[in-house]
Amino acid sequence: MQQTASSTPIVSLRDVQKSFGSLKVLDGVSFTVERGEVLAIIGRSGSGKSTALRCIDRFEKVDGGEITVCGRRVDLPDVDLRALRQDVGIVFQSYNLFPHLTIEQNITLAPCSVKRMDLSEAKALAHKVLAQVGLEEKIHAYPEQLSGGQQQRAAIARSLAMQPKVMLFDEVTSALDPELTGEVLKVIEQLAADGMTMVMVTHEMGFARSIADRIVFMHRGKVHETGPASILTAPTTPELVQFVGTGNLKS
Amino acid sequence: MNIELDFPAVLERWPNFLGGAILTLELAFLATVSGALLGTLAAVGRGAHSRLITRICKVYVEAIRNTPLLVQIFLVYFGLASIGLKLSAFTVAVVALTINVGAYTAEIMRAGFEAIPRGQIEAAEGLALSRFQIYWHIILLPAVEKVYPALTSQFVLLMLASSVCSQISAEELTAVANYVQSDTYRAFETYIIVAVLYILLSLVMRAGFWGLGLVLFPRRRRLGTAL
Repeated sequence: MQQTASSTPIVSLRDVQKSFGSLKVLDGVSFTVERGEVLAIIGRSGSGKSTALRCIDRFEKVDGGEITVCGRRVDLPDVDLRALRQDVGIVFQSYNLFPHLTIEQNITLAPCSVKRMDLSEAKALAHKVLAQVGLEEKIHAYPEQLSGGQQQRAAIARSLAMQPKVMLFDEVTSALDPELTGEVLKVIEQLAADGMTMVMVTHEMGFARSIADRIVFMHRGKVHETGPASILTAPTTPELVQFVGTGNLKS
Repeated sequence: MNIELDFPAVLERWPNFLGGAILTLELAFLATVSGALLGTLAAVGRGAHSRLITRICKVYVEAIRNTPLLVQIFLVYFGLASIGLKLSAFTVAVVALTINVGAYTAEIMRAGFEAIPRGQIEAAEGLALSRFQIYWHIILLPAVEKVYPALTSQFVLLMLASSVCSQISAEELTAVANYVQSDTYRAFETYIIVAVLYILLSLVMRAGFWGLGLVLFPRRRRLGTAL
């Protein structure tokens, strides 16, 4: 972060507003993510944390405010969505692997059709990213032959194959039991150690505390408290005290 | 009651029956291929951004589903003739059957498209695939897979319905039956044979679709799940 180029945040939200009908989900949300940083967004269900994350990849259009991702103004209507999404990887709670394709085909599809990569090169890449998530032996399996944890790791590998500059994780372990959650978190931890920029919405407080550089606590559509992971152990606002006090802080 | 059946007299005409059966199969094959294409395009068109395209597709589907096939065939037959296009009865039959089955296919495919979970499309969008790539790689085959039994029935039905093409003297199986029975005066025997032949043709088509399914859906083959 010594150079000026890397000191501009890779993701920045400024006063973002978003409503679904008469329901205000985001009410002036602002935060930034620096290159190489891991940001965890926490908060109750309905606090707007997933919506905030989805706005970064423009799966939701905002009503007001500014969002800049990798130097691109995402809030503007003429944003080049396909260029944006080559820079941003997103992993969903429900994995969303393509059921009719093998794991290898799931991974090679986007590099081949979006980046026009040769199939042989893409296959080598598939091997590499699957090794990263520890799933090499499942390369020719179909998604339904994998456990939930394996499917989520394959989905992470699929995202990695596009070599994104920032990765978004939308409650990626919420559909998994604790054992499977562990194997997915290990993969994310390794990515963090490799220096990947990540924004994750999570309910795993222990995990957020151990890998996040910064925490954003959202409450009723606003960023209520933000700071280093230590705010989870020493919260200053009564809402965060209550949130971490309700048994959410498990390790 | 005394039914006298004389099959040999009718079976003597087996080359005619065979020719008719083959022509019926050709009609069904061509109309299935082009109807599947037309129907898929119309189903995609129903989801288009443009209101005009959506409306055209809807009018097409409704117009076809609410008129008799025979009337459609006559419309194509006399319509093309009146603008000076002289096409063979066979070509007219293929065109009319294509237009007809395309409309039903569009409705079936639309159901298939709607059955694709939203998350699949979001995942594909998140990987920067274009709209066309998403349709081609992510939506099309799983949609076809979901409605494959319905599509199979529809195309077999099309083959059976092609019998009305005898009305514009396309030399298909029913047309053959009509002149064999008027030659031999053995109407009942003739139509029994024709019915059996239609059953055989249906079985051939179903077997064809089963085989095609093995090629189109390798995951089913690998995992041993039936359609």
